[in-house]
Amino acid sequence: MLKISDLHARVDDKEILKGINLEVKAGEVHAIMGPNGSGKSTLAAVIAGKEEFEVTKGSVSLDGENLEDSAPEERAHKGIFLSFQYPVEIPGVSVTNFMKTAINESRKARGLEDMPANKMLKLIREKSELLEIDRKFLSRSLNEGFSGGEKKRNEIFQMAMLEPKLAILDETDSGLDIDALRIVANGVNKLKSKDNAVIVITHYQRLLEYIVPDFVHVIHDGKIVKSGGKELALELEEKGYDWLKQETVV
Amino acid sequence: MAYTEEELKKELETKEYEYGFYTAIESDTFPKGLNEGIVRAISKKKNEPQWMTDWRLEAFRIWEKMEEPDWANVHYEKPDFQAISYYSAPKKDPNRSLDDVDPELLAMYKKLGISVDEQKKLQNVAVDIVVDSVSVATTFKKTLGEKGIIFMPISEAIQEHPELVKKYMGTVVPKTDNFYAALNSAVFTDGSFCYIPKGVRCPMELSTYFRINEGGTGQFERTLVIADESSYVSYLEGCTAPSRDENQLHAAVVELIALDNAEIKYSTVQNWYPGNKEGKGGVYNFVTKRGLCENNSKISWTQVETGSAVTWKYPSCILKGNNSVGEFYSIAVTNNFQQADTGTKMIHLGKNTKSTIISKGISAGKSQNSYRGLVQIGSRAENARNFSQCDSLLMGNECGAHTFPYIEVKNKTAQIEHEATTSKIGEDQIFYCNQRGINTEKAIALIVNGFSKEVLNKLPMEFAVEAQKLLEISLEGSVG
Repeated sequence: MLKISDLHARVDDKEILKGINLEVKAGEVHAIMGPNGSGKSTLAAVIAGKEEFEVTKGSVSLDGENLEDSAPEERAHKGIFLSFQYPVEIPGVSVTNFMKTAINESRKARGLEDMPANKMLKLIREKSELLEIDRKFLSRSLNEGFSGGEKKRNEIFQMAMLEPKLAILDETDSGLDIDALRIVANGVNKLKSKDNAVIVITHYQRLLEYIVPDFVHVIHDGKIVKSGGKELALELEEKGYDWLKQETVV
Repeated sequence: MAYTEEELKKELETKEYEYGFYTAIESDTFPKGLNEGIVRAISKKKNEPQWMTDWRLEAFRIWEKMEEPDWANVHYEKPDFQAISYYSAPKKDPNRSLDDVDPELLAMYKKLGISVDEQKKLQNVAVDIVVDSVSVATTFKKTLGEKGIIFMPISEAIQEHPELVKKYMGTVVPKTDNFYAALNSAVFTDGSFCYIPKGVRCPMELSTYFRINEGGTGQFERTLVIADESSYVSYLEGCTAPSRDENQLHAAVVELIALDNAEIKYSTVQNWYPGNKEGKGGVYNFVTKRGLCENNSKISWTQVETGSAVTWKYPSCILKGNNSVGEFYSIAVTNNFQQADTGTKMIHLGKNTKSTIISKGISAGKSQNSYRGLVQIGSRAENARNFSQCDSLLMGNECGAHTFPYIEVKNKTAQIEHEATTSKIGEDQIFYCNQRGINTEKAIALIVNGFSKEVLNKLPMEFAVEAQKLLEISLEGSVG
């Protein structure tokens, strides 16, 4: 589904990604781990098409189609979803209104009519129950005054609403207490199917106890330095990242 | 790919003013210039009684001695008042019935999106349309008449209801009030007049549509709305003008009078030609709007200001009666080289008076957007309360937002709150929306609508939709 080949990207004059190779197939869960500043979030942003980053070499393709010339919204229409590490606030725009706009824009891109209001309401009801979200919450302004946990839960709610092909969760576990973590992870697990894929970006193994990955990759200094099964995450938890850094130097 | 600042600028430059057409209607226009003779000629043209002619002449003499104000945060070339024609009217006697109206005029309404017939049937809105200096069509007169409501061009009201006009005109905005009000008092040619009798709730929205058509003319309309005791009216006003290289002058006066227990809602969507992308042309909008509240009455101003090259406008409330309420809800958008200095004055004189000010300023391009507001609590205004909130939203790095709040309190029981925020539409907000499948233009519209929601919600339904569209058009692609 997703194929990343020899991807190099920089911001201003600083090269951050230095040759990433990664392939994600439908039905798979991949975890990307690594120390601060290793390029994890940059990788997520580049897949989503953030302009700030310049791709200098290599490519990202989805279902065989090179995404180089696709705007962020076009990538979204193709089924890429990014759960943000720091979701932004949009005052005066309710969660419901925002979702309605997002869904209808994606439908428009696919040549479909707006989703009828009753269907939309039903979908909202279903998905908010899935994520144990109080419906009063949905009429509040997007992320404005939300707690850290509420913001993350709202990200996953949006994911549930948009039903993406590829979901990238960028440090969704940070700032979550254990109950919120469980709810969010349950939500992700229920949305998983053989047709979609998830990339989980995280520092810690904790989230991976709930969302069990098929593959774990470690990024260091803009490259994937080690890949393995879910047991790699445990090894990292035990030994930290330093032994990998040394290994790369060698 | 997503927009760079350069691309956005380019796109913005190609946006054109939708209402910039000119209609070739034969019109009767006075020679340029202003003197006593012109004032008399206007009065004569309107077949006015002597008291009205005298009133105008007095205003003219006051105006002659006045100086154009320069305290506002706007910079422009002062208009040459001798280079303007003070009277222009579509030639064929337009007033009587809609069926007699010049077909060119009717075609123009269609372009403006006002189908007079349709409005009659579908929307419960009575419309008075003022082109250049003259009111050309008033709909729904009969339905209103049955309730005793008077809604007609002010020129007719001077003939048919002189006692009301004489009693109230100039009582809220006196001839001596300011330079433009004095000028308007001398040369106003038409506008709307509205009277709601005691205890009557006006069953429909009353609406006036103003249009400047002829070149080299000024528009000086005068609106007078009187809500008698325990009555209610909601009044709408819309404005457009053709695109011209020269600056056209618009200096209106609006007076509202809410007698005991009455309520007036006055909404404006102002979309005068804002000038081109280099800042050439556009309407100078120098307007005096003020309302007087008697006991237990309420006046509420709502405005959406997207047009004009220069705006100078402060819809105000004099809260004279006890327990009276004044409200001001405003969205002012400036783009390119537009300049706006707008706000309100809340003058608390009576006891337990309350006022609310919600001002939303949106600046883009190289524009300058200022809020200027006065909250004044008189010495006898026990327990007066005011809440003010001024929010500014910036797009790009070349525009400016300014806030000038003035607070004068002479009674220590007063409670005044003032809140202000400034924010900028950020690339992060846009990217977040993009990532959810919402393109940049739509994202800006969404963010701006969210920002303006508190004010948009105050507009009557059919106006809110129009205003929302107008905001989107005025700001498309203007993020940096």
